[in-house]
Amino acid sequence: MLSMLPVATEVAPAMAAAGFWQENAWLLVAAPLVSAGILLLLGRSADRWGHWLGLLASTLTFVVGAGILVDLLGSPAGERVREVDLFSWISTSELDLVAGLRLDPLSLTFVLLVTFVGSLIHLYSVAYMENDPARRRFFAYLNLFVASMLLLVLADSYLLLFVGWEGVGLASYLLIGFWNHVPAYATAAKKAFVMNRVADVGMIIALGLMFSTFGGLDFTTVLAGSADASEGKLTAIGLMLLLAACGKSAQFPLQAWLGDAMAGPTPVSALIHAATMVTAGVYLIVRSGPVFDGAPTALLVVAIVGAITLLFGAIVGCAKDDIKKTLAASTMSQIGYMMLAAGLGPIGYAFAIFHLLTHGFFKAGMFLGAGSVMHGMNDQVDMRRFGGLSRYMKITWLTFGAGWLAILGIPPFSGFWSKDKIIESAFVGEGWQPWVFGTVALLGAGITAFYMSRLFFMTFHGKQRWTSEAEGTGPDQHPHESPILMTLPMIVLAVGSVALGGVLAIGDGFVTWLEPVTGHVEHHAPVIPVPVIMAATIVLVLLGAFLAWRQYAASTVPVVAPRGSLLTRAARRDLYQDDVNEGLVMRPGQYLTRSLVFGDATLVDGAFSGLGRTSSGLGRALRGLQNGFVRSYAAMMALGIVVIAVVVLAVQG
Amino acid sequence: MEVGNYLYLAMILFAIGATTVMLRRSAIIAFMGVELMLNAANLAFVTFARIHGDLSGQVIAFFVMVVAAAEVVVGLAIIVAIFRTRKSASVDDVNLLKG
Amino acid sequence: MMTSTGEAVLFWVLAPAMVLGALGLVFARKAVYAALSMIFVMVCLAMVYVMQQAEFLGIVQVVVYTGAVMMLFVFVLMLVGVDASTSAVETIKGQRWIGILMGVGLGTLLVTVTARAALPETVGLDEANSETNPAGLARVLMSDFVLDLEIVATLLVTAALAALVLTHRRRLTPKIGQPERAAARMLAGDHPVNLPAPGVYARHNAMDVPALDPEGNPIEASVSRVLRIRGQEHSLDTDVTTLVATRDAAELTGDHGTDTAAERGGQNDDTDAATTEGEA
Repeated sequence: MLSMLPVATEVAPAMAAAGFWQENAWLLVAAPLVSAGILLLLGRSADRWGHWLGLLASTLTFVVGAGILVDLLGSPAGERVREVDLFSWISTSELDLVAGLRLDPLSLTFVLLVTFVGSLIHLYSVAYMENDPARRRFFAYLNLFVASMLLLVLADSYLLLFVGWEGVGLASYLLIGFWNHVPAYATAAKKAFVMNRVADVGMIIALGLMFSTFGGLDFTTVLAGSADASEGKLTAIGLMLLLAACGKSAQFPLQAWLGDAMAGPTPVSALIHAATMVTAGVYLIVRSGPVFDGAPTALLVVAIVGAITLLFGAIVGCAKDDIKKTLAASTMSQIGYMMLAAGLGPIGYAFAIFHLLTHGFFKAGMFLGAGSVMHGMNDQVDMRRFGGLSRYMKITWLTFGAGWLAILGIPPFSGFWSKDKIIESAFVGEGWQPWVFGTVALLGAGITAFYMSRLFFMTFHGKQRWTSEAEGTGPDQHPHESPILMTLPMIVLAVGSVALGGVLAIGDGFVTWLEPVTGHVEHHAPVIPVPVIMAATIVLVLLGAFLAWRQYAASTVPVVAPRGSLLTRAARRDLYQDDVNEGLVMRPGQYLTRSLVFGDATLVDGAFSGLGRTSSGLGRALRGLQNGFVRSYAAMMALGIVVIAVVVLAVQG
Repeated sequence: MEVGNYLYLAMILFAIGATTVMLRRSAIIAFMGVELMLNAANLAFVTFARIHGDLSGQVIAFFVMVVAAAEVVVGLAIIVAIFRTRKSASVDDVNLLKG
Repeated sequence: MMTSTGEAVLFWVLAPAMVLGALGLVFARKAVYAALSMIFVMVCLAMVYVMQQAEFLGIVQVVVYTGAVMMLFVFVLMLVGVDASTSAVETIKGQRWIGILMGVGLGTLLVTVTARAALPETVGLDEANSETNPAGLARVLMSDFVLDLEIVATLLVTAALAALVLTHRRRLTPKIGQPERAAARMLAGDHPVNLPAPGVYARHNAMDVPALDPEGNPIEASVSRVLRIRGQEHSLDTDVTTLVATRDAAELTGDHGTDTAAERGGQNDDTDAATTEGEA
């Protein structure tokens, strides 16, 4: 039914014609890494110019990435998958692995997203973190993240990808806990780290399975070999990869860390926890497309996980009052869309990446907008204490509005082009699946419209509900527009939010661009006619937005959250996901640890320290004999001689 | 009188010498105790030489004397050196041998 | 073999005396007395050697032990200081009782062993000493023990060197010669010239009596430090000054009272002799 070009597994032979940019592709990883090293090693002496070095390194990667893109665009579609070998990494009889970079449309899409949005956020951070004494360290971590993320997407083997995968995990951990003097933030960092480690177990098992099945870990071997491998093994690999993706991309059931990850500085939330790192899971699924093609069950599970997370995030997003946590829930939900699309198989891969790209722009833009709002409102995050800010922060309001319209999927904003395609694709198929997935996607769009509009109206419209000294509710608020260094990235991202989707959708340009990786897919008709789907989507979106307007812009918003319905209360607590995790995993784990520690302390330590105590007591008792007096020693010798003589005599009889 | 009486005398002198080493704190007197023990051993050697009619015992006693002379030279030099640094000739003041 | 009566008599005279002398080593308070007892034991031992047909060893015992080794001991005693008298207080707890117990135990054990030993019939050295004892000894020494002899010779030389090395002190400060000493003495100011001589020159012909200054008061510093520490000096306060006090000033300057002085001198001679003996 689906015909797919097997180009993903073939590398263009045109290596001889490697261009200037391609030869310097290693700079993509090396430049930010070196910059991070310099910033961390130089310490305070780099405080004055450190952020500019970070920005420079990030910009350099963007330039290199753009150079490679131009290079790639100039060559025919068949030669757009290239591999750049760097060095022989692991060389054993069983495994011969070359560390190399894979330059293809998919990885380049990511490279450009990461470097472009990353550079903008670097620029934004220069101003945002201006008063932070540890700004240099912040930029070092950001550069480390950029390097790791680029390694992740450029790696030509699963093992090298795993290195980047862990690198972004580390950077994420460091940045969530950037203000680790606040215990709650440090805990949030730990939570993210631990949940990611759980997912990494899946990744490691997947690596092991791949090695045992295909005898290699590079993409070429694995993806080519998956055509012949048994379905059982492919399903196992696919599910393990899905587990890894769930952790990294905050998908059900490993999504709980993302909300807490908002403890990090806002630029971090924008770059890592909205635009790039959390989408690594989607990248992994799409990159492993051939594996999932051979494992329909795993693919179905991917779609189900995506659908669940989509609704989950949307519902949680409706109840949160913290502006960043609402955005985090929205991110979760949007990645759910991407996973759903990826779970639909080759038909959805391109749309998943398309939505990922547009989402990277508008979500990053909105996060930066949220950071700008916080910047002007004394770092306040409670939306019930905002309101009416549109008058004071014109640029923020406009740019945020562009992001808002994009995520709602209002034509012709970016989100419309990608999200609508996903909803359409969700309706493609046979049996119960299109109906369920399609409905979920459709419903999700409506809910998304509601909570995003709620956020938008509560923040920028309605009455002013600011805290004031007089009421004793907090500091007096004097909202103001952020400096140019902050608004500039927001404007650029807003432009992307408005136009990127439309530009890339012209003549299915982006989908065609990705074809060397995702394969060419014939168009399939959904179970419901496309115009009907489109119309239903728009109606639902408008309905959601209207409800939000009626409740949060037209009427007064209580400054203290009302008790709310059962669902609201559950959503406020992330649908009890934390409680489930605590009850099912954390508590038993703690009991297990505690009993093990107890056993260790009493039995093992007791035995060994008892042994130690015995011998040291013995030593202490015997030390009395070693008093250093020659005469005592002489007496002891005499005693010894007497004893020996007596024994000898006694034996002789 | 039995020749063995000389052996008893040697044993008693040896025990007294050992007691001196254990009881006296002055390094010089303790050293003299050691000499006494050596002399007692010499007496036993000489007596055994007589009992067995073999001069080897006397030769060994002679060697003991020579070695004792050498030992005295070194031992007294050590005592003098210690006395110079520690202003004391008591063996109890030199108790650095403890563990 | 039973020994001759003469030997038996000599043994029973010497043996208790030697045991007593050896016990002196354990009990003597002053190191000098201990050394004297030791010399006594060694001389007796030399006699026993001669009695046991070991004439050569007897002579060597006297020459090497009493003549050289014990003299060395006494010499070191002088160097180390005669005032290093040992206090009777035992510093190591229980050491005295342990020592006595061990000594008695060792003695008992050794005597028991000797008593239980079955000694062969005494051969005697008459045959071995047929060409005199030294000649017989030399024959054995130079035949069976020649290598040992060489080794012992090496040992002796090494020991002599060792003694040199051990007692050698490296000079850490500039050498102090006569000019420096004189300058230091002038600088210190208390005794620019020699210490006063003892009473030998004042009025009493003895080392242990302090000299008198022109006003008739004793000068402590004039008596040798060693005598003072040992408590062997004669205080002017007790006997001599009373003597001075009984006379008037005219007598002091004129008549010297020769008879009393001679009497005191005689007493002092006795003390002197004892001191010399003790030091030997």
